[in-house]
Amino acid sequence: MADTTLTAPEAGYDPDHHMGEHATTTGISNNKLAMWVFLGSECMLFGGLISTYLLYKDRVPEGGITGRGENGVFDIPFTSISSFVLLMSSLTMVLALSAIQRADHRAFRTWVLTTALLGSTFIAGQVYEFTAFYREGLGFTTSIFSSAFYTLTGFHGVHVTVGIVMLLSLFVLSIRGRLASSRAEAVEIVGLYWHFVDIVWILIFTIVYLIP
Amino acid sequence: MSAVDAPAPDEVHDTEHEGHDHPSDKTYVKIAIILAILTAAEIATYPAEDALGSAVIPILLVLMVVKFWYVAAFFMHLKFDTRMFSWMFVSGIVFAVAVYVVTLLTFHFFV
Repeated sequence: MADTTLTAPEAGYDPDHHMGEHATTTGISNNKLAMWVFLGSECMLFGGLISTYLLYKDRVPEGGITGRGENGVFDIPFTSISSFVLLMSSLTMVLALSAIQRADHRAFRTWVLTTALLGSTFIAGQVYEFTAFYREGLGFTTSIFSSAFYTLTGFHGVHVTVGIVMLLSLFVLSIRGRLASSRAEAVEIVGLYWHFVDIVWILIFTIVYLIP
Repeated sequence: MSAVDAPAPDEVHDTEHEGHDHPSDKTYVKIAIILAILTAAEIATYPAEDALGSAVIPILLVLMVVKFWYVAAFFMHLKFDTRMFSWMFVSGIVFAVAVYVVTLLTFHFFV
């Protein structure tokens, strides 16, 4: 394929348009379908991690550190703010998709970068939280509860980090003029992943932090 | 606004051709406000745990499911896209819940 450099007057030009959406026998985009199948399989992954946590959340040695209760380390107000930040990142993500669909590239870049920043804030909060727990004596191998907790929330954190990388990739593609509105589906697919990560946190926040 | 940012006439995206009509930005903001209120309600149960007693768990689970539905239906567009996507996602959830409820039963979790 010839090397294509996109100049300003060609802003609407999509060098990869021939690789874009194809007609399918179902009339449904294969890319979107694949993402939904992937998200369906992710339900199994997080279902396993949440179940494991539920099984082992009370497996703490006598007088050991727990999540909630007398020897609890959870800081509910802090985690509530983190949860709210991640929830609002879903709003900025749909606003980014809406912007690219109406070919408003500047608004798209603003919203996608805001989403990445909100995601990064959430991750920073999680790193701070893990560090605070570790200082209070709750390490990964301290108890079966701590192992289950760190594995569940850590896996989610990795998913958020992957999402941030994808968002920044979209931002860079847009800056370089390689993300025309005809390729808005790519943004929608990244958005689906991001919202799924948000949905998983809705479950984790309730099951792990809020339920007594 | 630079030339790169200017929408080309042929660039205006119409979601209708994809067989779905996504909500407006105003609707998205409304949904976000609803989600924020629901989250505030969830957090409010924390200091009111003693007062709520055993009702706290069902309240939290209902709020969790409602929030889940709002994000999936509106932000992920399941309410507006083809039903096949909903089936894909719901199948994954139902299968996961079924498998792990059986697993938890095996470990006498609910006893």
